[in-house]
Amino acid sequence: MNEIKQTFMNEKAFIPFITCGDPDLETTAAIVRAAAENGADLIELGIPFSDPTAEGPVIQGANTRALAGGVTTEDVFELVRSLKRDIHVPLVFMTYANVVFAYGAERFISTCAQIGIAGLILPDLPYEEKQEFQPLCSQYGVALISLIAPTSNERIAMIAREAEGFLYIVSSLGVTGTRKEITTDLAAIVKLVRENTDIPCAIGFGISTPEQARKMAEISDGAIVGSAIIKIIEKNGRDSAKAVGDYVRVMKEAVMHTGRGESCCDIES
Amino acid sequence: MRTAKGRFGIHGGQFIPETLMNAVIELETAYEYYRNDGGFNRELNTLLNAYANRPSGLYYAEKLTRALGGAKIYLKREDLNHTGSHKINNVLGQALLAKKMGKTRLIAETGAGQHGVACATAAALMDMDCVVFMGEEDTRRQALNVYRMRLLGATVIPVTSGTATLKDAVSEAMREWTSRIDDTHYCLGSVMGPHPFPTIVRDFQAVISREIKSQLLEREGRLPDVVIACVGGGSNAIGSFYHFIDDKTVRLIGCEAAGRGIDSLETAATINTGREGIFHGMKSYFCQDEYGQIAPVYSISAGLDYPGIGPEHAYLHDLGRAEYVPVTDEEAVNAFEFLSKTEGIIPAIESAHAVAHAIKIAPEMSRDRMIVITLSGRGDKDCAAIARYRGEDIHE
Repeated sequence: MNEIKQTFMNEKAFIPFITCGDPDLETTAAIVRAAAENGADLIELGIPFSDPTAEGPVIQGANTRALAGGVTTEDVFELVRSLKRDIHVPLVFMTYANVVFAYGAERFISTCAQIGIAGLILPDLPYEEKQEFQPLCSQYGVALISLIAPTSNERIAMIAREAEGFLYIVSSLGVTGTRKEITTDLAAIVKLVRENTDIPCAIGFGISTPEQARKMAEISDGAIVGSAIIKIIEKNGRDSAKAVGDYVRVMKEAVMHTGRGESCCDIES
Repeated sequence: MRTAKGRFGIHGGQFIPETLMNAVIELETAYEYYRNDGGFNRELNTLLNAYANRPSGLYYAEKLTRALGGAKIYLKREDLNHTGSHKINNVLGQALLAKKMGKTRLIAETGAGQHGVACATAAALMDMDCVVFMGEEDTRRQALNVYRMRLLGATVIPVTSGTATLKDAVSEAMREWTSRIDDTHYCLGSVMGPHPFPTIVRDFQAVISREIKSQLLEREGRLPDVVIACVGGGSNAIGSFYHFIDDKTVRLIGCEAAGRGIDSLETAATINTGREGIFHGMKSYFCQDEYGQIAPVYSISAGLDYPGIGPEHAYLHDLGRAEYVPVTDEEAVNAFEFLSKTEGIIPAIESAHAVAHAIKIAPEMSRDRMIVITLSGRGDKDCAAIARYRGEDIHE
């Protein structure tokens, strides 16, 4: 069984997103360790990109700060090599297609496999374009993680049937960033997903409070949080590890108490 | 498995967030229907002719020809269109299409402001709301166009992210479209972005080469030897090239903004300095570093100050069918002044890049050869910036 599937086995998952190199790589390493120790089930590591078109201002800021610090793709690989010595939660990369393409797709994806990256999330690689990287991801055993949006409608079945790792369900229209409320009928989307695949699905975009995370986990297999964590890092700088760890613990508690009985597999009940 | 759509050789495609996929599919479906619809085409032609002042003239630049002493030079006068540039051709088409699709709001990016002004104009005419994203740096360089857009009823949003220029305006317009799709059409201004934009914009701009061809055949009884146009994303260039692509005797030359030179870091010459990449919805050539970070490009021309090029141009380059040459700020400014003095025509600084290349090659061609330069826009908007470039501080 692959490590992503395994991490979703026991209870609802909490998935933090962290931009590598914001504010520097040492701090990122400390934050990732703190998140893992405090219950993160899977961690999304962002490789910074100069023009992240799917991100709101908060994560754009993290990308800009990381690149200003001179972080490169190789630095991020090195960070992962060092983290994997003592961290056992699955790690996936979140970046943009050009970062993979420019490095050389095969060189990038084979390195991911070699250093223990379980999956790859590319928000600018929709279903129609996934052949760009899918054959290499399959060859090297790195899950190419698909996204489903509130606008996906009749595309959901098509995407879900070929999905790998876990499905990333985008909660709302627009870019990443915290939101006061999430109005999309996510239960209906999850139901459609469930009719077409048995891989886990987690909801992201706009989630910041334990209450929101709990609601999302009630109807899916987990909650993904990015901007709210980046805000903590923006505020605390190099001393962010403890604050992020505390936040992850609270969020994990919120999602885990939703329990298996209310799993998305039987949301009709 | 659906296959990737909208490819030009290996370039093009639809590299966009899932949230936008149904929006581009809806657009493609509507376009495929209306492009062959008699009523739509009649309505668009009426707008182009009665409102935008088409066909634009093909003017024999006799004094410029004599001054250069070589090939005979014609100017395709897109600068005389309503709103002052070729941008109106595409915008009237897209705005009409959006209206047919039931959209009530246009959003757009703009560099020099020409596309933004054209969008604001079409929105005013067709009773639509209009929001234009413009790099903050460009709102300063092109303050007059910002005022024109507001006067026309549009909201102009200065973009402060990244380098605060055209690429950031595109990114911000894409972000806005992701958040509001139902009532909103993203009126992309160039032959770039995800499919179907490169095809739609090309088709609406192809009127330029269709007219050049018939106008020149009527006057000279033959095709030109060279067609020259400036290239940022490349909409006026693809429009100028399109109906000549199969005429292999016609040289097609796109002029890229070299800024302070292609050996400097301050350049926007994508074909000459960029590499294959994936950005803004398309696979094409981009100015970028070894890790794929998009380069902070530079040109005196806000309209050419973009780190990519449309996928069909990338393909024409791969095929060797079109040539893409760099033109520096200095060469463009000299051409801006030279055309003003010899012909009494002040070209947009973008178009001056095309004029500059003609100035280089015309003297080496014999007098029985013909060059067509597309003057994509007029230069009123650039006067203050060129004065500043020459060390003269004038207030607009």
